[in-house]
Amino acid sequence: MFNRVCQNDRGVKLMNLMKLNWQFIKDSLPLYREAAWITLKLAFWGILISLIIGLVSSLILYFKVKAVRNIIQVYIEISRNTPLIIQLFFLYFGLTKLGITLSENACAIIGLSFLGGSYMAESFRSGLEAVSKTQIESGLSIGLSKIQLVRYVILPQAFSISIPSIGANCIFLLKETSIVGAIAVVDLMNVTKDLIGMYYQTSEALFMLVAAYLIMILPLSLLLTWLERKVRYAEFGN
Amino acid sequence: MQNLGINVLFKGSNMLRIAEGLFVTAKIAFISIAIGSLLGIVLGVIWTCKSKWIRLLCRIYLEAFRIIPILVWLFIFYFGITAELDIHLSGEITSVIVFTLWGIAEMGDIVRGALESLPKHQIESGKALGFNMRRLYLYILIPQAIRRMLPGVINLATRMVKTTSLVILIGVTDVIKVGQQIVELSRLEVPTASFWVYGFIFLLYFIICYPLSLLSKRLENKWIG
Repeated sequence: MFNRVCQNDRGVKLMNLMKLNWQFIKDSLPLYREAAWITLKLAFWGILISLIIGLVSSLILYFKVKAVRNIIQVYIEISRNTPLIIQLFFLYFGLTKLGITLSENACAIIGLSFLGGSYMAESFRSGLEAVSKTQIESGLSIGLSKIQLVRYVILPQAFSISIPSIGANCIFLLKETSIVGAIAVVDLMNVTKDLIGMYYQTSEALFMLVAAYLIMILPLSLLLTWLERKVRYAEFGN
Repeated sequence: MQNLGINVLFKGSNMLRIAEGLFVTAKIAFISIAIGSLLGIVLGVIWTCKSKWIRLLCRIYLEAFRIIPILVWLFIFYFGITAELDIHLSGEITSVIVFTLWGIAEMGDIVRGALESLPKHQIESGKALGFNMRRLYLYILIPQAIRRMLPGVINLATRMVKTTSLVILIGVTDVIKVGQQIVELSRLEVPTASFWVYGFIFLLYFIICYPLSLLSKRLENKWIG
């Protein structure tokens, strides 16, 4: 009896899946492809710029550069403690009124970098702080200059230690791109919303949305796991 | 008339309306954090059981919320589930459901991590003293775990407060929506309204979240570091 119910249930589920309007999904595929492409492009630039911001600000914090240190600290706190959506609104709607006009894509990239920069900075900083004092002292004692010390001793080890949290941040930023639809970027969320509004093909549109995010995020997460395993050299020999 | 745009914040009942919007946001965040943490503890305890299948199930549940963006979940519940089951859910209810489910998942993971980080002899001594499972968890394990998980929980609460800003995208009149309305209303008189209103809401979020993250960092240094 129980078995039959289960089977029945599964049958209904299967029918529901079959009920999806595959023709509609096929027709809307180009729209989703384009939107996913935009999302990926925004995420790519956002991640790249935030890596640069993060690296620079973490080095400034690590070496306690006097003049800019406080500014960086304030930036990190502000960016970590406010939601992306209000950052974007402020950039996109607020700043235009002061004469700074940005296209929505530029705005999205700036917003993502502003948010991601602080997360990346924290990751890099924890990596930098984990490099042991003996490493630095040995480097100095064999006569490395400060730049050489950073380039050959500190950064490789710090990078290796912080790669898991950098990876988590990359995925976090890719997920956060779902919000840029709020400022009229034609991303996956907006396409979905339009399709639902125009054709009432709710299940199909949502199915495509989830599929698109899975297709983007799962390979990235696998890649990052692989990278994590590749660069674990700092753990050895310590 | 080129008066200071900041006055738009104090004109009429604008401040009151922003406060009302903030209250909606706070309500959603508070309810989901409260239910999420309570049920999350239950999930975390279940998670530590030895059955491989239950662990896998919990893992899949957590990963589903980690891999798919929260906004997508909001869309699925607001547009998808309602259409599929032919029911009506208001935006507020939907967001409470989604944030609670997310909170349970993340909280479960935090609790699991804290419970598993406890030294094994705590469980064994408890058993040796004749505690049964319920009492073992209630009097020995959970009180110790709470200390370890508190920084993570506060961190999660900050994240949830920040993420509740997304509810505007499924039509909840939260603080940002109110800000939008004020901007639209005073567009002609005060052209710089959007700068001041969004800037103010930006500041509001910072004022709410900064103490929380400061507290979490401090506890982490004091109790764990």
